[in-house]
Amino acid sequence: MSLITSSNALKFAAVLGAAAALSACASHPKPPEPAPVASTPGYTPGPPSDTRPPPREVASGPTGPIPGSTQDFVISAGDRVYFDYDQYAVRNDGRSVLDKQAAWLQRYPQVAVRIEGNCDERGTREYNFALGARRADSIKTYLIAHGVSAARITTISYGKERPLDDGSSEDAMAKNRNGHTALTSGAGN
Amino acid sequence: MRPVLFVALALFMSVLGGAPPVHAQVQISVDRGVIQPIPIAIPPMTGADPRSQQIGGDVSRVIAADLERSGFFKPLSPNSFIQRDLNVEETPRFNDWKTINAQALVNGRAIIEPDGRLRVDFRLWDTFGGKQLIGEQFISTGEDWRRIAHKVADAVYKAMTGQDGYFDTRVVFVAESGPRKSKVKRLAIMDQDGANPSYLTEGSYLVLTPRFSPNGHQITYMALRADSARVYVLDLETNRQESLGSFQGMVFSPRFSPDGSKVAFSVDRNGNTDVYLMDLKSRAVTRVTTDAAIDTSPSFSPDGRQLVFNSDRGGSPQLYVMNLDGSGVHRISFGQGRYTTPVWSPKGDFIAFTRQQGGEFHIGVMKPDGSDERTLTTAYLDESPAWAPNGRVLIFSREAGHGTAPRLYTVDLSGQNLRPAPYNLPATDPTWSPLLK
Repeated sequence: MSLITSSNALKFAAVLGAAAALSACASHPKPPEPAPVASTPGYTPGPPSDTRPPPREVASGPTGPIPGSTQDFVISAGDRVYFDYDQYAVRNDGRSVLDKQAAWLQRYPQVAVRIEGNCDERGTREYNFALGARRADSIKTYLIAHGVSAARITTISYGKERPLDDGSSEDAMAKNRNGHTALTSGAGN
Repeated sequence: MRPVLFVALALFMSVLGGAPPVHAQVQISVDRGVIQPIPIAIPPMTGADPRSQQIGGDVSRVIAADLERSGFFKPLSPNSFIQRDLNVEETPRFNDWKTINAQALVNGRAIIEPDGRLRVDFRLWDTFGGKQLIGEQFISTGEDWRRIAHKVADAVYKAMTGQDGYFDTRVVFVAESGPRKSKVKRLAIMDQDGANPSYLTEGSYLVLTPRFSPNGHQITYMALRADSARVYVLDLETNRQESLGSFQGMVFSPRFSPDGSKVAFSVDRNGNTDVYLMDLKSRAVTRVTTDAAIDTSPSFSPDGRQLVFNSDRGGSPQLYVMNLDGSGVHRISFGQGRYTTPVWSPKGDFIAFTRQQGGEFHIGVMKPDGSDERTLTTAYLDESPAWAPNGRVLIFSREAGHGTAPRLYTVDLSGQNLRPAPYNLPATDPTWSPLLK
């Protein structure tokens, strides 16, 4: 083993390395610095920015909700129907709600709706998006069959991303398996 | 992501020219898992001045932490070291290291070049065999000293295990905050050891299921807003992001093809979710599945010829493999429970998945033909496995119980070495970059 040889090899390598490093550095633009994030336990997250509208006040004053309003829809028809685990068929209790939704929507033909499919947390994320989409479509199909124009209805699945109830009981899970009918335009408040 | 150049050059001591790789006597099998971690000595790298000594010590600590987390190495306390006058240009006194049962030794020096760049010369020694296994040199800008350390750890890991390393890599994931009913989900990135975390999106919409492109420069992910679900491609170097376009219906579960030319994803149309492919250059979209069932979570085989995906066409969610044109569909999961989110290993030998059974979730693996199924983890909610680039380690997210915040964990393909990933805030949906260049 020769230490002199090794030392020469090191120097040679360093020169080669410097040349290669310089040439490659020139070809890479410096990207913008992303915002820092704290990874310490003391980190306090900023206020959440919800993508959904704030909870509606269901309670009504002495005069009751304004006819044709979202409150009126929630009270007189109901804006949610529920599903069995991993199922997307509308249940009997859901049919009576959807019948009332369809009647209400026929009374207020200027109202457009978005059907939002939701799932409980006992499924993986992507499968739940697909399952929520099925639920939303079941509701849409039902409403169309009961006289609501398809042009007034859009659908989306929130999968398991927007639970209604954050508990872990069977009851909470059952609540989170739902289809929500949101009035997107044409309704008063 | 900062593009950096690293130069790796062989340091030869005893032999000049193309010395054949020497195999370590202490070589270990990654596939069989950890039997006994190898005691390894990683003394602080030397430096000619206080600043290079400081960096040298930091580099050695990062190398030791990487190797320790792999589960295959047990870095020894520097207090136990006998030889204190190591010089990277001299052969160590093997007896001093054998005495403390250090089976391997990583020593080196840090040099701050006149232009400010950092150079690290290091050697890996088999102390019981009395020979050098590696002698290399890395150079980079001084601020990237951690990446030099990761590259040294990768070289040591490869020499000792025969498998490629995975330390000079990054992890992109979804950072969660806010109450459970209205979480904020932001795309975030960190080094695989938890260093340099930063957000990539600002949080005005939900970000889900990110995946690295094969060159590590791009991320494809799902963006969920109140009225839309889109798929984006984000360029990590320019910070520019681009929608893959609007479809009639929701778009989700995007993944790059191994050559980076295509993205597979699923589209919901009237309640029917199918797998589609988009050619990124021409933007041409091809529908791959046409079954009335849910077909989602596609993942490419490393040769780019097949997709494994999730379908409930048989009555419950199971895993299926098909050719890219949708032909040759066959089911590969036949165990108990519901199988979802298959992810093909970059090495091609295994497919990882989430299995739901008995009120719990498991991360498991099976061969692409469905054989050799193994359960690696069990918890209230384990999901979204992603492979390290060497195909020997998985990262995933876990909720230990209902209502507990999700955290990232890693586990070996063997099912051993389960441990929290080095990020201690709520996080899900990890994806692991390839080895950085």
